[in-house]
Amino acid sequence: MASVAKTNTRDMTHPKHSHALAAVSRAFVDAVLALFAVACIVPLLLVISASFSTDASIFKSGYTLLPTEFSTMAYRYVLGDPTQILRAYALTSFVAAAGTIFGLLICSMLAYALSRNSFGARRPLSFMVFFTLLFNGGLIPFYLFVVQTLQLKNNILVLILPLLVNGWNVLLLRTSFKQLPEELLDAARIDGASEWRIFFQVAVPLSTPVLATVGLFILLSYWNDWWMSLLFIDKKELYSLQFLLYQISQSVQAINNNPQVLAQLGTTKLPAESTRMALAVLAIGPVAFAYLFLQKYLVRGITIGSLK
Amino acid sequence: MARVTQLQLVALAPRRTLWQRARLHFRKNGAYWLMALPGLILIFVFAYAPLPGIVLAFKNFKYNLGIWGSEWVGLKNFAFLIRTPLAGRVLLNTLFMNALFIISGTVVSMFLALLMNEIHHKLRARFYQTAMFFPYFLSAIVVSYLVFALLSADNGLLNRLLINLGREPVKWYSEAKHWPVILVLVHLWKSAGFGSILYLAGMLAISPEYYEAARIDGASKVKQIFYITLPLLSPIIVIQVLLAIGRIFYADFGLFFVVTRDQAPLRATTEVIDTYVFRALRTLGDTGMAAAAGFAQSLIGFLLVLVSNFIVRRIDPDKSLF
Repeated sequence: MASVAKTNTRDMTHPKHSHALAAVSRAFVDAVLALFAVACIVPLLLVISASFSTDASIFKSGYTLLPTEFSTMAYRYVLGDPTQILRAYALTSFVAAAGTIFGLLICSMLAYALSRNSFGARRPLSFMVFFTLLFNGGLIPFYLFVVQTLQLKNNILVLILPLLVNGWNVLLLRTSFKQLPEELLDAARIDGASEWRIFFQVAVPLSTPVLATVGLFILLSYWNDWWMSLLFIDKKELYSLQFLLYQISQSVQAINNNPQVLAQLGTTKLPAESTRMALAVLAIGPVAFAYLFLQKYLVRGITIGSLK
Repeated sequence: MARVTQLQLVALAPRRTLWQRARLHFRKNGAYWLMALPGLILIFVFAYAPLPGIVLAFKNFKYNLGIWGSEWVGLKNFAFLIRTPLAGRVLLNTLFMNALFIISGTVVSMFLALLMNEIHHKLRARFYQTAMFFPYFLSAIVVSYLVFALLSADNGLLNRLLINLGREPVKWYSEAKHWPVILVLVHLWKSAGFGSILYLAGMLAISPEYYEAARIDGASKVKQIFYITLPLLSPIIVIQVLLAIGRIFYADFGLFFVVTRDQAPLRATTEVIDTYVFRALRTLGDTGMAAAAGFAQSLIGFLLVLVSNFIVRRIDPDKSLF
């Protein structure tokens, strides 16, 4: 990375240092990092492997890193009666797409305005954003306000609106916009560009890493959200993917504790372990994809945005 | 520069009415206001408008009477909260677990960043980071599935390993004593890798000249870490720890509620303020007490940030948050 220059000079300036020792310590560094990296991935492999196993083999040999009896049964079962999962997928995709597009737009417009020195009200307004990170009224006032005043219970908007603007993201973007070269913006201004045009045609294109980073954060906050559903959703048609996963593991547990629940739920069959794990894999899929695609911007985006 | 001209303007053009000044302000800043407006409205609605509901902490809330119609009870909710047999336990769990998270998280993230800083091979660096950051992007629900695959009493990998080693399997989901360790490990697994980004970014910003000078003086790698890297990173570390201390009364709800599968036998070590408030709202229906707990949590957290920031400011203004 940026420290490549160091390696070139190391051996010349330090002839006394034993090469063997350096090689050992380099191997140690690699070993520790590789171990941690593998540990990060292993639980995921367990779940993927379980989703491709037969239930009998899970019962027999437990969760294993590779399926002992390979089977796509779980996926065929999940996709064989796709109404519920497809509805959850469609809902989550819609919420995540709308939330990410509007969230990124609204956050970056706010951040850009707050980053301009010529904006007279930037100090009190920045404080207004910052203060939300330091103090909030707690769960109950928020819950009652959304349910009673806004009347958003069981409304798809409650899955989108509260997560649109997040103070951290605004501050990250503001820090990044602050570092844009002022001469460049002035040049555009002298050419007669409006502030809107400068924002969209100069500031935004110059801020790709931080926009990609914040975009990824917003996308994931929507894709992974179950908290808003847990608080405000009890209609089955409005279950998001994560909330569906949550409900399934809840009902499995309820049945384990009390087998009569099965009859009350009106179903005869429990989603088996492999089926549940297949659902989890389907829920991770798009996240993994977006992450791999945008990961290259992460370090740079966070670095630019977090310099004080 | 802009400030001076503004001052001069005010001096040259005295006795403007408030209305005229407002009009001038909006003529100059209209585009900025329009850009900021949607975000400001959302922040106002979801962060500020609910704040008056804090009065519920001092009321005996009845749904039919509403927030404003309910009867005032002064500090009774707080008194009731303190007398709950669980209160001490819940408070202790929250502080203890968060303290463990802050310490272990900072140390491990820092350690990972130091190691990453030694990797100059692009492809390997990319591989390690991709794997290390990934868990951070999984939801608590998915994490609970992954943890279940490891800990499930009958089929979990861990119990199968124990059996293979000739040891007794453990009923992980019904023995509370294991969970502080499990939760620390899950927390590290989920966020230590991602937490290292910030430190790594700080390390990359350190000028290589410092290290060159140290090498010429014969300083070892370890000495360089302790005398160059860590001191130069201390502002970032301090700010991160400060922020974490300000949130020490807030628990990660997903970790303590979803990953533990909300199992009653585990609550001795895993019941924290957030899960308690949620349960008070959902199952006990005691809104007043839940509001009191939430308000105390916010207020103490807020005061903690102010105090710790004040202390850091006295020691070194550059390291303070504001």
